[in-house]
Amino acid sequence: MAVITEVPSPFCGVGTDDLSIQVDGIALKVVAYGCAVNTPAFEQAIGDSNPRLAGKSVSLEVAVTQAATLLAQTKQPVIGGCATDVHGMRALLSLADRCGAVIDNMGFNAARNNFLALQDSGWMNTTLAEVKNRCDLLLVVGTDLEAIVPRFFERYLWNEAMFLDDSRQRQVIYLGKPPSGNASTSPNGQKAQVLACDDSALPEVVGVLRALVKGQPIRADKAGGIAVADLQSIADKLKAAKYGVVTWGAGALGINSHAELIVQTVSEMIKDINKGTRCSGLPLAGKEGDLTANQVCGWTTGYPARVRFSKGYPEYDPYLYDTHRMLANGEADALVWVNAFNVKAVPPESELPTIVIGRSGMTFAKEPDVFIPVGTPGIDHAGHAYRTDNVVAIRLLKLRESGLPSTGEVLSAIEAEVQGVQHAN
Amino acid sequence: MLIKLTGGKVYDPASGVAGLIQNVYFKDGRIIDKPGDQPVDKEYDCHGKVVMSGAIDMHTHIGGGKGNIARTMLPEDHRQDPVPRTNITRSGNGHAMPSTYVTGYRYAEMGYTAGFEPAVLPINARQAHMEMADIPILDKGGYVMLGSDDYFLRMLTAKKDQKAINDYVAFTINAAKAIGVKVVNPGGINAFKFNQRKLDLDEQNVHYGVTPRQILQVLATAVKELGISHPLHVHGCNLGVPGNMQTTLDTIQGIGGLPLHLTHIQFHSYGTEGDFKFSSGAAQIAEAVNKNKNITIDVGQILFGQTVTASGDNMRQHANHKFANPNKWVVMDIECDAGCGVVPFKYQDQNFVNALQWAIGLETFLLVDDPWRIFLTTDHPNGAPFTSYPHLIRLLMDRTFRNEVLATIHPEAQKMTTLASINREYTLDEIAIMTRAGAAKLIGLKERGGLAPGYWADITIYTDNVNREAMFSKPDYVFKDGELVVVDGKVVKTKWGTTHIAKPNYDASVEKDLKDYFDRYLTMKLGNFKISDDEITEDERGSLTVHPTKTAI
Repeated sequence: MAVITEVPSPFCGVGTDDLSIQVDGIALKVVAYGCAVNTPAFEQAIGDSNPRLAGKSVSLEVAVTQAATLLAQTKQPVIGGCATDVHGMRALLSLADRCGAVIDNMGFNAARNNFLALQDSGWMNTTLAEVKNRCDLLLVVGTDLEAIVPRFFERYLWNEAMFLDDSRQRQVIYLGKPPSGNASTSPNGQKAQVLACDDSALPEVVGVLRALVKGQPIRADKAGGIAVADLQSIADKLKAAKYGVVTWGAGALGINSHAELIVQTVSEMIKDINKGTRCSGLPLAGKEGDLTANQVCGWTTGYPARVRFSKGYPEYDPYLYDTHRMLANGEADALVWVNAFNVKAVPPESELPTIVIGRSGMTFAKEPDVFIPVGTPGIDHAGHAYRTDNVVAIRLLKLRESGLPSTGEVLSAIEAEVQGVQHAN
Repeated sequence: MLIKLTGGKVYDPASGVAGLIQNVYFKDGRIIDKPGDQPVDKEYDCHGKVVMSGAIDMHTHIGGGKGNIARTMLPEDHRQDPVPRTNITRSGNGHAMPSTYVTGYRYAEMGYTAGFEPAVLPINARQAHMEMADIPILDKGGYVMLGSDDYFLRMLTAKKDQKAINDYVAFTINAAKAIGVKVVNPGGINAFKFNQRKLDLDEQNVHYGVTPRQILQVLATAVKELGISHPLHVHGCNLGVPGNMQTTLDTIQGIGGLPLHLTHIQFHSYGTEGDFKFSSGAAQIAEAVNKNKNITIDVGQILFGQTVTASGDNMRQHANHKFANPNKWVVMDIECDAGCGVVPFKYQDQNFVNALQWAIGLETFLLVDDPWRIFLTTDHPNGAPFTSYPHLIRLLMDRTFRNEVLATIHPEAQKMTTLASINREYTLDEIAIMTRAGAAKLIGLKERGGLAPGYWADITIYTDNVNREAMFSKPDYVFKDGELVVVDGKVVKTKWGTTHIAKPNYDASVEKDLKDYFDRYLTMKLGNFKISDDEITEDERGSLTVHPTKTAI
């Protein structure tokens, strides 16, 4: 039995890397700095490690051959999930390029709210260490932060800061969704200011806030149920702060259609604030490989996600190449589902030939044609993953000897066999 | 396999060979002496052709987060230039910020065999290496960025001695797997986080009380004392600001003879003369470069058309966002380490400022005497995409062509440049120095950038053509490590290049302070920050090549 310290996590999105994990054979136990997200994800038991064809146990070689045989007969398969490490994504993109597939990562409907804003007008953003050391005012828009990132406040706010005399004096303001717990309460007892409104009122509220920051006159007294005078006080605080940070969870805004306009409005407001003082956005999106998929897809194809290779070159459409939409409209002729992180993230139901490359222990209502259990990056093999701020890549460690193959190894083996079949034809 | 290149005109400035008809032999990836009676396995007829070593781009943004922001921000640019897959190459797309695979193919198809990313943020170094690991054919490497990181500035404020600074610099080069050190807007990226909007050479950071001049002095000294071959790589203060020529001249004067590489100097060579208060400072800058042998420069030529600027200089990029075309832009503060700014640009020949920028770059090329101290860059993609190099080479080698283009730019810009009166035409030997031997020497690459026995067989063969753009666009053959990778300007085989690094020695006790700093202030453990060798090599296609420093580990 050994305890490994300073273990980085691919699960929580913020790249926590202070975990201590006890390894006993193939059993893991988080013994320090666990949280509601990381602890169960690391401790998940390994489950059946044999590949299956329609529920029947087979060798890895047989499963790989069957997957390749299925894929070689397709014209436009869709590869969904895409939840793996950098090397797994490299192999996935290589296979997609060869097969003329469409690729789509799981969290993209949420991340799209950020990417569409980026692609239309851009933003001024910051990263976690800047928040920790510089942020004197945190505005949380439409998001229950501690539900997404349980240790956010502990690690990045109520903690030593290089440029603040007393980090407990930082102001926290919630706009929209109120916090579900007390993580945002300062160690000195100061509670976060909460200006609550329905999620559906958020577009109106951020629109008015942006106008107030710009000094535009607002005739109404209220916006989304919030007094305009209260919004004015937020605008004033943002302009008075030395280093304000505005954060949002892209997925939390999704109840609104075109939630990217909320992101855009907030981002343009931040640009306006920077005419006088400093202020930055901190989009929180992506865990379990979402941002990793976007990054690797970005440098390999030029596009962040939802790329189609069936014309021989990458084409991007953030709406059309949605796995669920393609399956529903009969636009795909096979489904490959990749998720090396989460046994509960099973593929959407489909009558199409289905190949699942999934975290060992994944179970299905309907057995796929091919299921190949793989190891989890950061547990069963080394790898790389991106953090939510999209700048820092963390080095994932191998913690145990499970014998499970990596996503990259399995997808590369499938591609090699597809190539063999293509050449034979 | 023994390969012979027969009868080509060889330009190998590293060996002092300038246009001699010579045979070149190589075997098992390396150039060899003329073998005795050993049979030649394959012979290439190179009569009428020009033989050079593979070209080396010593400053090109090919790896790292800001490049990927630029890519993902500009889908409309990619849609103009899709690149289909072939039996041997991957698909992707090109233009301003090409995908990684296309970057490798297109460089190789122009006869380049190595490229160096000049702005590797320590905290983003993993990404830089991961992207470069997906660039086929080319060798690569990076210069790690220091000078705006809070740890370094705290050291200066605390008056740590030069030895302590040297240890920190050496530690960072090792941790980030770099081959050199760069400073971008010295201290300015940091000052922007404290809401300073400009920072002159002698202006203090409001928090640390440190000036850019001090930062340059301390870092240039560290690089020299550690014996890093590549001089401190400097993106100076006041990029793009009219009148910044004086800042650049002061930077050269103030460094007291220490080796300094001033990068994309075109963006730092502006005067304030004329009706538009914008003029060329190229003559003064070139004079200073000619006089000060410790100075090397690359130009950062702009060429007309759409591109995107991606820089660590968030302060200046923020100031320039009003020129964004299309109108979208990103500025980031990053991890108490550095920052970045990504602003799309469309350089237009009928825009006075852009037209004069074009002329200033060319004046600089033509007025600096020593081709061993000036390098051919567009600061890809900031001045223009790297794919415009053959056009740039023609502008340098063909005065008639240059003057034809000059006659088409903004008329007021024509009046403000001396370009028409400069007769110089670069020779093939000088091009080979700038893009091969000189670049390898500057970076400190051993056994690259030349054709002497023992060198790696990175070789490019062109058909001699008075139209130099056509000639340099389409080499007949390119060999990488002795393997034929390009024929008639098209990739015929792909392989993986190596990653060039330096490993300067340092006192391990430096990690004690750093560990405490990381634990208190940063969001990653020091042990997880350092990039291990296996991160580069574990996929079985990457490799590390360590180049000597005075104090190597």
